Amino acid sequence: MELYEMTAYEAATALQKKEVTSLDLTESVLKRISEVEDIIKGFITVFDNEKVLLQAQNIDKLLAEGKEMSPLAGIPMALKDNMCTRGVPTTCASKILKEYRPPYDAHVAEKLQEAGTILVGKANMDEFAMGSSTENSSFYHTRNPWDISRVPGGSSGGSASLVAADEIFFSLGSDTGGSVRQPASLCGVVGLKPTYGLISRYGLIAFASSLDQIGPLTKDVRDCALVLDIIAGNDPRDSTSVPREKEKYAGYLGREVRGFKIGLPREYFEEGIEEPVRKVVMEAMAHCGQLGVEVEEVSMPNTLYALPCYYLVATAEASSNLARYDGIQYGFRAPEEDNLIALYRKTRNQGFGPEVKRRIMLGTYALSSGYYDAYYLKALKVRTLIRQDFERVFQDYDLIVTPTSPTTAFVRGEKINNPLTMYLSDIFTITANLAGVPAISIPCGLAGGLPVGLQVIGRPFDEGRMLQFCFTLEKLLGFKGLKPSIPAKGVLRDAS
Amino acid sequence: MNVSKKEVEHVTTLARLALTEEEKTLYTEQFNVILEYIHRLNELKLDDIEPTTHVQQLKNVLREDQARNSEKELLKKVLEEAPDKEKGYFLVPPVIE
Amino acid sequence: MPPEYEVVIGLETHVELLTESKIFCSCPNRFGEAPNTNVCPVCLGLPGSLPVFNKNALELALRAALALNCTISSYSKFDRKNYFYPDLPKAYQISQYDKPLARDGYLDLVKDGRLVRTVRIERLHLEEDAGKLLHSSEEARSYVDYNRCGVPLVEIVTAPDLRSPEEAHLFLELLRKVLLYTGVSDCKMEEGSLRCDANISLRLAGSDTLGRKVEIKNMNSFKAVQRGLEYEVNRQEEILKAGGQVAMETRRWNEERGITVEMRGKEEEHDYRYFPEPDLPPIVLNEDFIGEIRSKLPELPVQRCFRLIEEYGLSPYQAEIITSSKNLADYFEETLEHYPQPQKVTNWLIGDVLGLLNSMGKEINQVTFTPVHLSGLLKLLDTGTLSGRLAKEVLEESFLTGKHPEEVVQEKGLAQISDEQKLLPVIDDVLKENSNAVSDYARGNKKTIGFLVGQVMQRTRGQANPQLVTELLKKQLDRVEYG
Repeated sequence: MELYEMTAYEAATALQKKEVTSLDLTESVLKRISEVEDIIKGFITVFDNEKVLLQAQNIDKLLAEGKEMSPLAGIPMALKDNMCTRGVPTTCASKILKEYRPPYDAHVAEKLQEAGTILVGKANMDEFAMGSSTENSSFYHTRNPWDISRVPGGSSGGSASLVAADEIFFSLGSDTGGSVRQPASLCGVVGLKPTYGLISRYGLIAFASSLDQIGPLTKDVRDCALVLDIIAGNDPRDSTSVPREKEKYAGYLGREVRGFKIGLPREYFEEGIEEPVRKVVMEAMAHCGQLGVEVEEVSMPNTLYALPCYYLVATAEASSNLARYDGIQYGFRAPEEDNLIALYRKTRNQGFGPEVKRRIMLGTYALSSGYYDAYYLKALKVRTLIRQDFERVFQDYDLIVTPTSPTTAFVRGEKINNPLTMYLSDIFTITANLAGVPAISIPCGLAGGLPVGLQVIGRPFDEGRMLQFCFTLEKLLGFKGLKPSIPAKGVLRDAS
Repeated sequence: MNVSKKEVEHVTTLARLALTEEEKTLYTEQFNVILEYIHRLNELKLDDIEPTTHVQQLKNVLREDQARNSEKELLKKVLEEAPDKEKGYFLVPPVIE
Repeated sequence: MPPEYEVVIGLETHVELLTESKIFCSCPNRFGEAPNTNVCPVCLGLPGSLPVFNKNALELALRAALALNCTISSYSKFDRKNYFYPDLPKAYQISQYDKPLARDGYLDLVKDGRLVRTVRIERLHLEEDAGKLLHSSEEARSYVDYNRCGVPLVEIVTAPDLRSPEEAHLFLELLRKVLLYTGVSDCKMEEGSLRCDANISLRLAGSDTLGRKVEIKNMNSFKAVQRGLEYEVNRQEEILKAGGQVAMETRRWNEERGITVEMRGKEEEHDYRYFPEPDLPPIVLNEDFIGEIRSKLPELPVQRCFRLIEEYGLSPYQAEIITSSKNLADYFEETLEHYPQPQKVTNWLIGDVLGLLNSMGKEINQVTFTPVHLSGLLKLLDTGTLSGRLAKEVLEESFLTGKHPEEVVQEKGLAQISDEQKLLPVIDDVLKENSNAVSDYARGNKKTIGFLVGQVMQRTRGQANPQLVTELLKKQLDRVEYG
């Protein structure tokens, strides 16, 4: 077995037992990248290999000196390219930020650096995290390692495919409406969107501020807990970061789940779901009986209204968050323009891709004079109803389980020209963002040779018990150990 | 409620974008499809529902009033990113008042 | 002839708060730095940065609101005001829209101890300041400096209750006084820490419908506000008298030319698309917290003015001068603690002390001449140690050096000479040397005594007690006469 095939936990354990060094792990990952990255295209930036290896050597030195470090010290990882890294390009996969080097580090980047992990590069994504297929990257498409003619999902498609392709041990993505969970589902990896406020958004380039949350993409549930242990916690620089005592998530793993009550909301198994996906999820849930976990059907009637609500809230906030890209302070500026307003318009028109423009316009429209009440205010009210749906179910149930995505990975180009069809990919994931509750996707089987994700939603700040349940279930699912086979480079031309 | 091309043009102006005629036509079409879907919300009775402006229970998140000088290194990097600058200023086309 | 039209004015005032740091980041709240050196990712609006609200900005805004008799909202929140302008790095301003911090206050306009008018305050809200644009007439470029971005502001909006440019001026003076008293702002119009836009319209006297209003910007001093509004009253009156209609527009005061000019479209139209700021949780205040802020408020200028009139018998004119700044009023009352004679203290403060301060260009709290100094000086006068003339000399010296008046008197030997034994030899000398005057006196020209007193004073460098000298001289002269 190659080192890069290990989980982060396995690699870290080997490292602590001094069976391998961080240098070995990093070299292995860089080798893997050199083999498959031309096909997968999950990175926007891979850092200078020499510098990355030097970083690994430094960690090895510190470990050899017996320095107390986090369990994931020395493990190579990647960040989605919407998380600021000081002096290093952070592009949001947009032409408007193509050359942009932030002068500061995001909170999560700081945390992972303090923990001694090795940042190898920045992952591809849909431009400004808007999309469900990573086809909206201004640079290139990322391919799904399970079938390179298919999309890896999005918007954290790069982060998910890199983990699935063993190019990296783990990565971070951001999730505004499913952008961590849906690609995790489509790529067969674990992806968590924590409770809104658990992880600081400081340095995460905003798409929709009231929905955005950073989350780990990992090879299994244990890795997810380990990464969460590093990045969760209060940050006074983010006013929405919740001040609460830090938990040890890894500590939940292996605990008894007997007596858990799970609700299966009927609405998530009806509209738009592919039958094979439904079947795989239901089969996975059949294991609950032997675990002593009670499963019952519940109803969340406002689910039907979540998508329209989401597309109003998210686009309205985005129209404001993305107004700052105007070519004055940083980033792309349209050349040779002497009129200020024309400069703004040209810069933004040339700098943004079509989906970003579409959403900016939809959001601008929803907030504009005369339409606020009919659209934006209405959406805020529906958001209340969706929150209440969750509160009601969580009075009686510990967890909610749904499919993560109504489909498995779809073929590139299939939905890109029909925005609404694309938006429907997020139909099962957006509710958790609207309600601010945590949700995780774990691979639960294959349908037609493609991974299917199962989504577990919990009460606010109940990530520990969600991971506890997922860790137990994961063992019974038998997905672990399944790996995509990525064709050699030569095949690429025929495939694309 | 249908959106006209003229309204799309107005929104384009507000959002400081500039679309070609073709794009305007395409966006108008797509807008109407999306808005039709959004009009599902009209099925709901929402009069007595409070809007959720903040999903959390947090309030009064305050910082002590302590000043810290800017980092010189950061300032240098910030200015380096500017497309047009001079003597520490960012430059823009003339603003008429 | 009675005025045909009534003037209706409302003011929107922006006030920078006296905090250490900016409203949403830790950059110093400082004026006059080199361009773009007082900034950070937050106030520059860099991608990924987030605001964190300054507690002191909240407290100062609450102080202002309470001082203006506003009702504090138990729930308020921030909103984004979206518009594109190069001085606004995020392309939105964090402000407050439908849930401002405070509403429904008022400020009493008082002049010469009389209530002129009660001006309603519609709302008071918090927001961040924008940067500054510099325009160069030669070059086809504007320069952007973001230093001011994120300086905390309160916007204070009055109802259209003001009825003349003079009232607008008076309102601003009183508002400034209140804000200075409460330590909310330094209110320096020349540094832009207090800025004012006005809405003005005219209507037929007696009518209660509002006319078409014009917004006036760029009035950079209290005087400019009054002049700008006066100009606008005349302009609108002429239009209306000629049977025309005033255009609803925004006009810019041009100080050099003394006129208002229609502003060229800043944006083709205003649609700020306000919506709740998702990055900042709401502000929820309870009575306890508000009560605590209220308890820390000082007595406000108008109340204090009335109290000084009542308690110490000052004239409205005197009381207004004494309460023109909190420091001066504090100084006054502290002096009274040591020297409880209000009229004397008032006379000295308003006269000599303020005169000296003016000539030095200083405020009362910037000099080392404390209430203890002033009361000491007044006591020296009472005991006759100093004459009025000497007292002025001592005051000046004490002002400059910070030395206590008694110390000055001793050091310079300035004490008044009231000792007969010391004065008699001098008087004898003077009489001997001025025999002509003495004979004049003997012949009945009693006025010559004034000349002789002057001679004695000159020889004692002004220190002799003039009453005593006169008395002693008379005695001596009479002795000469009859002897």
